[in-house]
Amino acid sequence: MAGKHSKWLPLLFVGPALFILVVFLVYPTIHTVLLSFTKGTMLNPGREFVGLANFERLLTADKTFLRLNRWPPSGVLPTTALWVLVFPSLTVGIGLLIAILSDRVRYEATIKSIIFLPMVISSTAASVIFVFVYSPDLTKGVLNAAMTSVFPHFEPITWLGRKELANVAIILAATWTSAGLPTVVLSAAYKGLPREILEAARVDGGNAWQVFWRVSLPMLMRPLTFVTIMLTINALKMVDLILVMTEGGPRGATRVIGFTVWLEIFGNNRVGYGSAVAVILFILVLPAIIYQIRQIRQDLR
Amino acid sequence: MNLFKVDSARGRGRAAGKPSWSQTLIELTRRGPVHLLLIFLAIVWLTPSLGILTTSFRAPADIATSGWWTVFDELGRLSLSNYEDVIADSESAPPGIAQNFLNTIIITVPSTFLPIFFAALAAYGFAWLQFPFRNTLYLSIIGLLIIPLQTTWVPVLRIYNIFDLAGTWPGIWLAHTAYGTSFAIFLLYNFFADLPGEVFDSARVDGASELVIFFRIVLPLSKPALASLAIFQFVWVWNDLLNALIFLQDSNMMPLSAGIRELLGQYGSQWNLLAAGTFISMIVPLMIFFSLQRYFVRGVTAGAVKG
Repeated sequence: MAGKHSKWLPLLFVGPALFILVVFLVYPTIHTVLLSFTKGTMLNPGREFVGLANFERLLTADKTFLRLNRWPPSGVLPTTALWVLVFPSLTVGIGLLIAILSDRVRYEATIKSIIFLPMVISSTAASVIFVFVYSPDLTKGVLNAAMTSVFPHFEPITWLGRKELANVAIILAATWTSAGLPTVVLSAAYKGLPREILEAARVDGGNAWQVFWRVSLPMLMRPLTFVTIMLTINALKMVDLILVMTEGGPRGATRVIGFTVWLEIFGNNRVGYGSAVAVILFILVLPAIIYQIRQIRQDLR
Repeated sequence: MNLFKVDSARGRGRAAGKPSWSQTLIELTRRGPVHLLLIFLAIVWLTPSLGILTTSFRAPADIATSGWWTVFDELGRLSLSNYEDVIADSESAPPGIAQNFLNTIIITVPSTFLPIFFAALAAYGFAWLQFPFRNTLYLSIIGLLIIPLQTTWVPVLRIYNIFDLAGTWPGIWLAHTAYGTSFAIFLLYNFFADLPGEVFDSARVDGASELVIFFRIVLPLSKPALASLAIFQFVWVWNDLLNALIFLQDSNMMPLSAGIRELLGQYGSQWNLLAAGTFISMIVPLMIFFSLQRYFVRGVTAGAVKG
């Protein structure tokens, strides 16, 4: 273990990083919590103390945030719920599929590269690419063009312009950009599984399907949980794809909670209100933070 | 023979002998659906990028009248003129793509090295030095890993206004440094902790100080981890849009991602310029991906494999 060193030496090593993290992450988060009890603008944040009024308004009065009196519920929170339900499961599902199926083909490296490629380009570029894919103009949008050639009576759809479709369209774009993460993580984990156990299961007469569900999948639980949590957090924090593709529209349909913080603070200049949304976002992410800390604490021991 | 046995050798010549032609045929039919599904997904994943790439070379008249998938009828008319036009145009979306490109480099290079330097120091401290609350502090940093940046924007901007950092290069470097540090500490800690401690001990016996050990032994031994991290952070910062919008504010300092967004707003339907501009913004990350893919993927999986 470490030798004898001056009591102050560790400070030299961890001090700078701790300082910058406290200034940019810890203190601002606390300050934002305080701001969430106030009303103010960017030039004059925290102008007036309003107690819990921001939260009360968000959860009971603001129809764009939560509207429960009509089915289906609408607003930021239900839209966020849709994202959290669909985006991680779809993305992890595709990643798992590719990780496992490509494990037995010769072009494994190629297919994994193809799936991973969108992860290195910016969300802005991905947004432009998908605005093009979804274009209702049949000389631009490949999706509408393909649908029209398969179904002769198909009418081109403005995917990003229809309330009921825009979220699905952006979620699919997000899946395109993110599927590389579960693919490489799960593929690495799958290759690390003890081969003898899988062999034994097969010798015992399990077919491929049974071996997958009863043996491989349970052993992949930890990486599966990890990527699902990461992608859920990404769905909650999502700003840029939405900002570039729809700016939250049509008629507020694609406002997820991460984007709403941006919109309230920088778009509407309602700093207290936006901070309250940020605090709700923080509370939604908190279980993941606690889970992560627990996992790492186990490893440290 | 059980097909899985062949599979478990993963076709790398461990199975005895070459399969006969009929075996290959049987294999193909049994595994047909797997190949079809994988190839289908590959096509779906490639099509969106291919669309924008192809469009960037097409003549505006062709883009207006036919889809990019008909490009094979017009191979003779493909050119780089969209690229020339979008680079030459600094009027419609100031300051222009060329300046955006330069700005991106100015933003990205320091924002890659600063967090890695601070994180490497800290990771060494956490992994190999003794001090009170060491594990508690390390776990707090792990907690910061997934804090939504949304909760930091307003207070950090306040600090920036007080110290005149908003709209300056050091301002954006600092923000990226702060936001990249916790992940960098996490990744490097895992690597440093696995380094052979005996090497450090014998260096200490020879009278080396911790700083000498850090610079002369730890950093050189950690080149693979540092490379993965540098590539990951570089691409991350290169692609950033939000921090640039929040902390730079000045359109003359904006990076490519903001420039592309501006183009989308300005041109809307001028897909020749938009496609070329978008592809320009992707060139550097794509080059990194194709040349250093291994390191990049390692950076992405590092958090998962151990964590």
